[in-house]
Amino acid sequence: MNKDWPIWEIFIRSKNGLEHRHAGSLHAADAEMAIQNARDVYTRRQEGVSVWVVESKHITASNPEKSGELFEPAKDKVYRHPTFYDLPDEIKHM
Amino acid sequence: MDTQQQLDDFQRRIDNGEKIEPKDWMPERYRKQLIRIMSQHAHSEIVGMLPEGNWITRAPSLRRKVALLAKVQDEAGHGLYLYSAAETLGISRDELVEQLLDGTAKYSSIFNYPTLTWADMGAVGWLVDGAAIINQVMLTKTSYGPYARAMVRICKEESFHQRQGYEIMLALANGTEAQKQMAQDALNRFWWPSLMMFGPRDEDSPNTEQSMKWKIKKKTNDELRQQFVDQTVPQADILGLTIPDPDLKWNEERGHYDFGEIDWEEFWNVVKGNGPCNLKRLEDRNAAWDNGAWVREAAVAHAEKQAAKRVSKSA
Repeated sequence: MNKDWPIWEIFIRSKNGLEHRHAGSLHAADAEMAIQNARDVYTRRQEGVSVWVVESKHITASNPEKSGELFEPAKDKVYRHPTFYDLPDEIKHM
Repeated sequence: MDTQQQLDDFQRRIDNGEKIEPKDWMPERYRKQLIRIMSQHAHSEIVGMLPEGNWITRAPSLRRKVALLAKVQDEAGHGLYLYSAAETLGISRDELVEQLLDGTAKYSSIFNYPTLTWADMGAVGWLVDGAAIINQVMLTKTSYGPYARAMVRICKEESFHQRQGYEIMLALANGTEAQKQMAQDALNRFWWPSLMMFGPRDEDSPNTEQSMKWKIKKKTNDELRQQFVDQTVPQADILGLTIPDPDLKWNEERGHYDFGEIDWEEFWNVVKGNGPCNLKRLEDRNAAWDNGAWVREAAVAHAEKQAAKRVSKSA
């Protein structure tokens, strides 16, 4: 390839009512071709009813080395979960 | 240069059963070893289409033909999953393809054997895919996330490959005397090369120890080979075919089949490029790549034209 086909990330909705999920990536010259290739590569067995494609370079990812400062603050906030609160056993539906 | 601290932290993550993802820090050797293994695996899927493609036009019925077509199409897909997963390690698709085409990269030696009769489609599905599945089931647990995810998808799709092969063998084994002969002949030719698919003996496999330590692999070549023999012998019995190994027998004490020695000279000879079809396979891949160049270029030209149109419309 003199000119590399860009790489695309593929998201597939397996059925209506469910979210699109990341299926993998592939190369294609443009978005339309990415959708067609995604159909052939990722939905040969009826795995999807809808496809999103986005060029990989447009995705910004968090830095794994910064995972601590990003995600650890949530660690000690158990009060965000219902089980943190003590209620008498007689209380129903809460 | 990787520091000892980094290496220790990495090993601790592996020992804890954590998966490594593309942007995580990893030792250069881990990256290199994965690129080697994953690209060989991808190339094997792509080259693996050739021996079977050979029989699509001559499949004996429409049922067999659609199955074989679907199998070969899956292999193209599996090659693509694996190339994409390998690319997350920082090697480009072009580099990967080039390494295959110029012969620097390896692919599974099994595809350097010819498929001479229709029964070979049965033997390939049954034995070659059977061996591949054993290896791939292990790899669904590999420590590198993208590789593990590709393997899960591949294993799901591949179970039909082995079944369709076995069904072909079953039909031939229960057919006329000539058909049964054909099935036996295919088994005779594919048995030993299938055992070779698991690679050299453990003591001759320089990368095994490190791969196991990093949990790239979870079982050794010899363990996987034994698993394959144990599961395949009863399947051959059901077909009423004879595995071409006079030393093959059940070992009560070990709880495994003992089997004869692989011809390692043949193994290394094929690995080094002197198998019956090495040249032909590379010629065919190169021809496909060269003859497809205009399609790749036309797709880029079309994409550029469409993009220019959109710009002029929005202006």
